[in-house]
Amino acid sequence: MMLAQAQTDLRLDANAIDYLLVAFYFVLVLGIGFAARRSVSSSLDFLLSGRSMPAWVTGLAFISANLGALELIGMVANGAQYGIPTVHYYWIGAIPAMVFLALVMMPFYYGSKARSVPEFLYKRFNRTTQRVQAVIFAFASILIAGVNLFSLGLLLEALLGWPLPLAIPVAALIVLAYTTLGGLSAAIYNEVLQFFVILALLIPLTIAGLNRVGGWSGLKQAVTDGPGGAEQLSSWPGTSLTEIANPVLSVVGLVFGLGFVLSFGYWTTNFAEVQRALSAKSMSAAKRTPLIGAFPKALIPLVVVIPGMVAAVLVPQLSALKNGQPSDVTYNNALSLLMKEVLPNGILGVAIAGLLAAFMAGMAANISSFNTVFTYDIWQDWVRPGRSDRYYLQVGRWVTVIGCVLAIGTAFIASGSSNLMDYIQSLFSFFNAPLFAIFILGLFWRRMTGTSAWIGLLSGTAAAVVVNILVSTGVLALSSQAGSFVGASAAFVVGIIVAVIVSQVTKPKTETELVGLVWSLTPKADRQHTSDGEDSGWYRRPGVLGGGVLALTVVLYVIFS
Amino acid sequence: MTESEGARIGHDTPVSSTASRLFDLRTVLAVLFAVYGLVLLILGLATTTDADIAKAGGFNINLDTGIAMLVVAVLFGLWVRVRPTRAPGATGDGAGPTGH
Repeated sequence: MMLAQAQTDLRLDANAIDYLLVAFYFVLVLGIGFAARRSVSSSLDFLLSGRSMPAWVTGLAFISANLGALELIGMVANGAQYGIPTVHYYWIGAIPAMVFLALVMMPFYYGSKARSVPEFLYKRFNRTTQRVQAVIFAFASILIAGVNLFSLGLLLEALLGWPLPLAIPVAALIVLAYTTLGGLSAAIYNEVLQFFVILALLIPLTIAGLNRVGGWSGLKQAVTDGPGGAEQLSSWPGTSLTEIANPVLSVVGLVFGLGFVLSFGYWTTNFAEVQRALSAKSMSAAKRTPLIGAFPKALIPLVVVIPGMVAAVLVPQLSALKNGQPSDVTYNNALSLLMKEVLPNGILGVAIAGLLAAFMAGMAANISSFNTVFTYDIWQDWVRPGRSDRYYLQVGRWVTVIGCVLAIGTAFIASGSSNLMDYIQSLFSFFNAPLFAIFILGLFWRRMTGTSAWIGLLSGTAAAVVVNILVSTGVLALSSQAGSFVGASAAFVVGIIVAVIVSQVTKPKTETELVGLVWSLTPKADRQHTSDGEDSGWYRRPGVLGGGVLALTVVLYVIFS
Repeated sequence: MTESEGARIGHDTPVSSTASRLFDLRTVLAVLFAVYGLVLLILGLATTTDADIAKAGGFNINLDTGIAMLVVAVLFGLWVRVRPTRAPGATGDGAGPTGH
């Protein structure tokens, strides 16, 4: 066993067979890219998969797009640092929002035939709102793609010993190769493949890790005796996560800050996610997309948070870190340190393929949604309207290249953050929370005007940025984690208030313009999905699926309360 | 198989060239898990040392994972066999990923 003061060797002891398994995975990924290329003949094919995907494919791609490097490395890190309370990110922080997206919002998204979230904003509000949101989204996508890229760079550094300045550009090239080939179809098909490979990493890792610490009871014992104490074994009230000492306020913070503002903001308006549902082949399939994704989402923390907790117990450098002793590792290293600790060659190769897959899933999702928004909302509807579809297909391909190059730059920004999850949460508080505010207001309040939408959006973002600055300069005594909860809430509240005030003095759209875009003006029949043919069967009813996943989440919370 | 599928796919929807003409993703998944499963199974049987077993906390992780992956591969293969992609109007239970 290594001594903590020696320089920690992060390199995984991969051998030829491990590399062969990784190489085989890449052959399949690129093969999918080539096969999908033959099917791309229009910009809609390239950017929205021709709206032809079956629900199980879009559903798994939906969750895989979220199961990026952020999810894996960041959540294993959180599991190591905070323990069981991390599950809030998955349960209260995702499932209700996913059900809401499917049952309440999808009829408007899919029904409006908008090709992107900004285009939906154009239909509901006006051009300015579309453009403001398109630019913000493009900016955010590139920042988040940088996080994924940085994570892959970390992995290549750990695996091959390459320095980050070399690993990051090489990593970008890999994703570029397959997303320019097949567009969204290649991205979505690969995401489904990635979903399974990521599970093939996580499940054996969890089982082996638990075996090493004496099973679940052994882990509980070790965590109770450890620096975190028994508090790390129960999800509520999660005071360590929120850093709100009062348990009642902590629960309120989790439910409102994480469960409502951050999570609804992310899941219901993030185009990288919504795009997967928009590519489904029918309204019913579009509604089922987030629900099919929600079932794995509810179960994944079992194989993410638990390995994180195991890593903190099993890996001496992490235990030292948790005890507050000097250590040359960070929580972001928890996943690869645990892989090194418990996985022998062979399964290690599968695990490395899974990690690479996670990285690519996240980055490809960001890049393919960046593509669509840039091509349709910024280029076609604004900068260069009225060209041929062929022209926009070419633009889409070039934007992919440019996006990857820009992501290389933002990867170095991400490398400055000690906990990736904190970094990403603060990005979401800037971009998603205000968007959700104007979205939800616009959906239910017909009086809301176009001008109020973009002013509300920008005010909300400004509020979140101000909170972030106050936290990072120490004016507000909060951790960055709690800071992003507060920032998101501030963005939401400010966005709503400003939009309501501005709406009073500006002119709304007429009611006929808003049919299909505002709840009260949309006939119930327009919100319905068909339930015949391939959409038949009680188990395909979105309501049943939604109720089922909510029940599953409650059961999981009872088990891990 | 890609072309013939495309030909059989329906005429009721605007024929988008995309998913309807793509290969069956289930087959790709079956192939992936068959290859991974086989390699791990062989490694588990042939090269596992006591150190490997101790590393994984007392079980032959390559062997067990290999077997599990082969089972998954067979399940995907069966799914393709039982519910091949088919023309529109046919009843399915969600199994036909590229049919309409």
